[in-house]
Amino acid sequence: MNTRTPARFPYTPPRELAEGGELRVPVAIVGAGPVGVACAIDLALHGVQAVVLDDNDTVSTGSRAICYAKRTLEILDRLGCAETITGRGVCWNVGKVFHRDRLAYQFDLLPEGGHKHPAFVNLQQYLLEEAMLARLQAVGGAVRWKNRVAGAAPDADGVTLSVETPDGTYRVRADWVIACDGARSPMRDYLGLDWKGQVFRDRFLIADVHMVGDYPTERWFWFDPPFHPHQSVLLHRQADDVWRIDFQLGWDADPDEERKPERVIPRIRAMLGDDRPFELEWVSVYTFQCRRLDRFVHGRVIFAGDAAHQVSPFGARGANSGIQDADNLCWKLARVVREEAPPALLATYDVERVAAADENILNSTRSTDFITPKSAMSRLFRDAVLDLSVRHPFARRLVNSGRLSMPTTYRESVLDTPDTDTFVSVLVPGSPASDAPVRIDGHAGWLLDRVGGAPAVLYFMAPDRAGDLERLVQLAGELRVVVVVPAGGSAFSAGDAVVVEDVDGLAARRYGAAPGTIYLLRPDQHIAARWRRWDAPAFERALARATGRKEVAAHAA
Amino acid sequence: MPLETEPNIPAPDDFYQALIDAHAGLDDQRSAALNARLVLLLANHVGDLDALREAIALARDGL
Repeated sequence: MNTRTPARFPYTPPRELAEGGELRVPVAIVGAGPVGVACAIDLALHGVQAVVLDDNDTVSTGSRAICYAKRTLEILDRLGCAETITGRGVCWNVGKVFHRDRLAYQFDLLPEGGHKHPAFVNLQQYLLEEAMLARLQAVGGAVRWKNRVAGAAPDADGVTLSVETPDGTYRVRADWVIACDGARSPMRDYLGLDWKGQVFRDRFLIADVHMVGDYPTERWFWFDPPFHPHQSVLLHRQADDVWRIDFQLGWDADPDEERKPERVIPRIRAMLGDDRPFELEWVSVYTFQCRRLDRFVHGRVIFAGDAAHQVSPFGARGANSGIQDADNLCWKLARVVREEAPPALLATYDVERVAAADENILNSTRSTDFITPKSAMSRLFRDAVLDLSVRHPFARRLVNSGRLSMPTTYRESVLDTPDTDTFVSVLVPGSPASDAPVRIDGHAGWLLDRVGGAPAVLYFMAPDRAGDLERLVQLAGELRVVVVVPAGGSAFSAGDAVVVEDVDGLAARRYGAAPGTIYLLRPDQHIAARWRRWDAPAFERALARATGRKEVAAHAA
Repeated sequence: MPLETEPNIPAPDDFYQALIDAHAGLDDQRSAALNARLVLLLANHVGDLDALREAIALARDGL
């Protein structure tokens, strides 16, 4: 098997070993996977010092997570590493569903025009990790490789971690610990936490295959194909001519036998249907589960990613939701560390991301139930849906080969301020903010790039209300203030505020905005509040609420 | 009234789960009986005989 040699990172003996001492840090992050590294970059951007501890010295083996959704790409963009990832990866929008020997239908995930990022980018997890680690280094962060957390003793004010290295053991004393140590999370065990959920009685063979093929850049899903009867198969393209193929095997398959090349190669050969050359890069046989912790915040230890919740792979909801956890958590933790907000702000991470995990688990469970029917009747309905989907559009909505990752709207979060004005827009308080093409100083750009990671105000310019603008400009500094002027609107200077021109009118349309409309965005770019016109007391209240300065403690206790 | 074959259920996954869950714990005969009852109830809700004949023809197609 032609196995890719992953990059290895140097281990440096920690100086605390020689000093017999203890490392004191505001935040320790356990695990240097995509979620841990996203947290480390985000905290660094928020000016919070964190140490990342990882038991290994390399990126992931095999492709593992491969599909990154539009919202995740926007987050990675905010963190400063989307360019490498989209540049390296494969953008795709079209999916095809096959049933037995024919194409049932195809779908197009391409969002309307006027978005910086595509619906999905496929990239092997190890390449994503390499790009993120390079970014972490650029923002002054580092991972302590081969530093295994062997024990955790939390108390009221922090956590003491016992860390094993090849040269001995030392202690890390952190005010806060983010546990991103994966689906088998040792941190969960150290805290004795329950890991509840459903294990699916099915097995899948996953293979990374290197081949120079003429398959298009699309997601292909087969139900009951002639080359692999009674089971499903999924094909995805990744970077560097590597293809991901998933074969459903059924519960009775022998995992040790099935991962042998002499078993795998004929399956792939049958799928390809010809004798084109290919090489196996990585093979694994897995089962999957949908589980989560009851709560993600346990005193001073906060769980994120697969350590907090696990889903089946159909729908690409694992890594995407993990990076969205980091997006939700880090600005809150930074505010708590800097004592700008009470620790109760972290309770909103728990509420918002537990709801997101439930949404992901529900979608992923339904996909799994469709792909692996649990009863004869369930299979009968599934096959009827697939048969009808060839001719009838309604049935295509019922076919479920994975509901692909969409961001969660934090409905009724205590950080949101309910609407008092009427808006005609798909956006609601709690939604992630929409992107739109804009022009800044005559140059093409994107709205979300200007929003960044601070609390932000989007103000849709009302020329007849100059007083609004004056008041908003005074807020710039504490807040990112983005003034949106219509296409052809005259450029003007507005102090520290950024003025953007809504070239295609898409910002106004997506936000249901009229002149005078104001949106308040949280640092994770979710909508906190909005009004039809400036109202200083209402704005002050909403800002205090959205940033956890007050009311949160009472609501989220 | 022509038969509606464009998507018409706002939350299709919720419907599908309710349908599959309804069969939980039933043997084949009871499951078939559930389906028959369901067809009759929904047919009455549709009411329009032309639409029902069209649905019957489409369902029969290819079997």
